[in-house]
Formats: sequence, structure tokens, C-alpha cells
Amino acid sequence: MTETLAETAPEAEGPLPEFPMPRAAGCPFAPPPTARALHTERPVARVRLWDGSAPWLVTRYADQRALLGDPRVSSEATRPGFPHPSAGFRENAGRRRTFITMDDPEHARIRRMVTGPFAIKRIEAMRPGIQKITDGLIDTMLAGPTPVDLVRALALPLPSLVICQLLGVPYEDHDFFQRKSSVLINRHSSAEEVVGANEALTDYLEGLVAGKLAEPADDMLSELAGRVRAGELTRRDAANMGVLLLVAGHETTANMIALGTVALLENPDQLAVLRETEDPKAVARAVEELLRYLTIVHNGRRRVAREDIEIGGETIRAGEGIIVYTGTGNWDAEVFAEPERLDIGRDARRHMAFGFGVHQCLGQPLARMELQVVYGTLYRRIPTLRLATGIDQLPFKDDGLVYGVYELPVTWTS
Amino acid sequence: MSGEGGGSRKGEGEGKGVTMRVEVDVPKCVASGQCVMIAPDVFDQNEEDGIVVLLDEQPAPELHADVRESAVVCPAAAIRVVEK
Repeated sequence: MTETLAETAPEAEGPLPEFPMPRAAGCPFAPPPTARALHTERPVARVRLWDGSAPWLVTRYADQRALLGDPRVSSEATRPGFPHPSAGFRENAGRRRTFITMDDPEHARIRRMVTGPFAIKRIEAMRPGIQKITDGLIDTMLAGPTPVDLVRALALPLPSLVICQLLGVPYEDHDFFQRKSSVLINRHSSAEEVVGANEALTDYLEGLVAGKLAEPADDMLSELAGRVRAGELTRRDAANMGVLLLVAGHETTANMIALGTVALLENPDQLAVLRETEDPKAVARAVEELLRYLTIVHNGRRRVAREDIEIGGETIRAGEGIIVYTGTGNWDAEVFAEPERLDIGRDARRHMAFGFGVHQCLGQPLARMELQVVYGTLYRRIPTLRLATGIDQLPFKDDGLVYGVYELPVTWTS
Repeated sequence: MSGEGGGSRKGEGEGKGVTMRVEVDVPKCVASGQCVMIAPDVFDQNEEDGIVVLLDEQPAPELHADVRESAVVCPAAAIRVVEK
């Protein structure tokens, strides 16, 4: 896994490595070998993107933390030089303005409109409900034939049901929003497809917000509708925010449930520890380690420099794009000993799987809770759970902005 | 600024007589809730928007390690720890 880079002097302009980079065959969990080699040899390096641009890829934990916490680094996707993941994202940058592509102080003002429901105690209060949904989905799995696609049976419905409830989106519409959202976050979708999916979702959410304006309920869309009534947000802004919360709320956790299960099945000693523990703290520790180990947001955190910044022996000039690749940061041996080892007993809380800085994931308490419930339940209820296919046969989401598996056929001994 | 980013890194000296003072920068807080998860006796969150509420400005020595960890993981560098 220690591939060496082309021997170019820092000044020489050889062909730049392309980003995103392919993972090594047979190593579905490890960050790509080229990214790991850059991490060792040139932790702040230029890479080539789909559009020919050459932003900086930052691969070391300490540099990543410094940059993501640095106000000279901008998240505004409409700034020139911003490294867009695809033509679709570039096309959408102006249309889909939410707090994740704003800088402070505007970012803080808007983000705070939606932080309340994700407070630790409010999320903790949702635990019994999330446990009940999880138990119900597993009951259905156990009552049916095998093999089962764990993505369809549990990984996707659980977070979708929960985010629907929290937002006030009817779950009956899940086929529609899951389909549109998978177009949205696939980097091979064309610009037209991305814009179309985004428009469809935003129109849908705007309709729901209009409904909540007329008939408020106890959910987040109603709270956003209240902001619209108070003149703090336009209806379209509220709908944009709704799309963000809906997509981020189900795609990410779904992938962590499925990919985490693959990782645990490949590490049976670790799975056994998790299955046998009675300690919720041990489950919580395992969740942090799986978040670190898998770092499913694998297209990097995208930024652009507002001023010249010296970092890792390089100077990033104002207006140049920055990609913070937390996959290697979370496998940085300076911070996590033997990073390539999945060790659910380690203290991995300093990982940056949720990002770092003011844009760190808003929904992290909910994601943690859902993962604690699923990881703490699934393997106890189905102790003989195993893959129904070879790991090399699994369809990994190499083309997704979020990593995972499209399908996860599993079986068990009844 | 990035200079403040790391929080307190003082690892040792948890003996008697070490006093700790905690400060939170409320405008900086992004409500990630990690401090509440790690040190719930010291930090809480406002019901409305999840912004940090400091419960204990001078936590007892047995809480110091958790408070330091909270400062390290705070994504917005909104927790400052002063130890004497």
C-alpha cells in the first residue's frame, strides 16, 4: 500500500494525480493508495479535477484541522476557483444556496435556525423511537426469506423514516426522494440530471413548506415555515434547507449502516466484541471508530482560499481551490496508531468524519444515535449474520460523493 | 483564528491544587454538541438553538480530562481552558 509517486521535484510540473483517486483492488475500506502516498510524501499537493483545474489536496490531519478551522478559507461555492466535484455541482452552486456553502456571519445566522432539534438531549429523547423502528425492520427481515438486501431492508429505511418524522416529510414519498437524491449525489450524473433532480426535490419541499404554513405541525419544516412567515427566509430558502436536511439525513447514515456491517463482518473478532457487550459506552466507542475507519464522505471537503495561506510547506494563493481529504487524515498514524486496523476499543473521538470547523456536520448527534442503536441491535438479534456473496462481488459506491455499497445481500442461519 | 484552534493541550498535572477555569465563546459555537456528549456536567445546550451553556466554570479535578478533550474536539474552537 506504499505506492511511490512520480519522482518530480516540487517545482516541476509533471502530470498531476487525478482526484478523486481509485481505491486499490481488494482494499475497499482503505483510502486510495495515491492519496496515502501523497500524505507521506507531499501532504499539500496539487491534483487534477474533472474540469482540468488543479486545486490543492490536503491529506495530513494537522493541516486539515488547521485549514477547516481557518476563517481565511471559504466555503462559498460561487467564488471563482472553488473546486466543484462535478459539472452538476458547479451548475447548481448558484441555485442551491444553503448554509453549507456560506461563510460566517451569514452561515452562523442561518445554521442556527436548524440546530435546536439536533441538541444532544433532544436527540437522546428520540432513542426509544429509533430503537422501535429498528426492531420492527429487523422483525420483518427475520420473518421473510433470505438472502436479504440489507440496504433496502434496514440501512436506507431506518434513517429515512427518522428524518421524515423529524422534518415532517411523508415517508410514503420515499421512492421519489431517494431516487432523486441518489442522482444528486452521484458525481457521474450530468449537469442536467443534477439540476433536474435538485429542482424536483426543491419544488417538492416547497410544496410541503406551503402546507406547513397553512397547517403547522410539530416538525422542522413547520419551524422553517414559521421563519418564512416572520420574513427571515424566503419559501425557496426554506425548501433548499429542507432538501439539504432530507438528503444529508438519510444518505450518509444509510451508507454507514451498510458499509459498517461489511467492515464488521470482515473483522469477526471486532464484531464479536460488539455483539457481546452490554455497555452502551462500548457501542458508542465502536461507532466513533467505524466513522473514522470508513470516512464515507470520500470526495473531500471543498473550499477556496480567500487570502494567501502558508500550510505544509506550500503557499495556497488567494482564489485557489482546496480539497481536504479527511479519509487520509483519519488514517494519520500521528493521531491514530495503526490506523489501518479497525479497533472498536480505541478512542477515535478526534476523527474528522463529520468534518471540522464551523461547517462540521449539523446532524452528527442524530447519526451517532442511529448508528449506536443499529450496531447495538442488529448483530445481537441476528448473531449468524453473514454476506450472501463474496466481498469482491459487492457493488461499492466509488462514483458516489458518499461511499458505501449499493446493495448488501446478507443471510443467516435460522 | 487557527492559532486558537487546539484548545488546551496540558496533559499532566491533574493533582490536587490544579485549578481549571473554563470559558466559552458563545458567538463562535456551532452546536455540534460534542462537549455535552463528553462532559455533560460541565456543558449543556440551550433548548432553542443548541448553543453551548456553561454549567460549571471551575470543574472539579476528576472532570479536567473530559473538559480538555471537549476543547480539543470542539469544531469551532469555542472552548477555552485555563489551568493554573
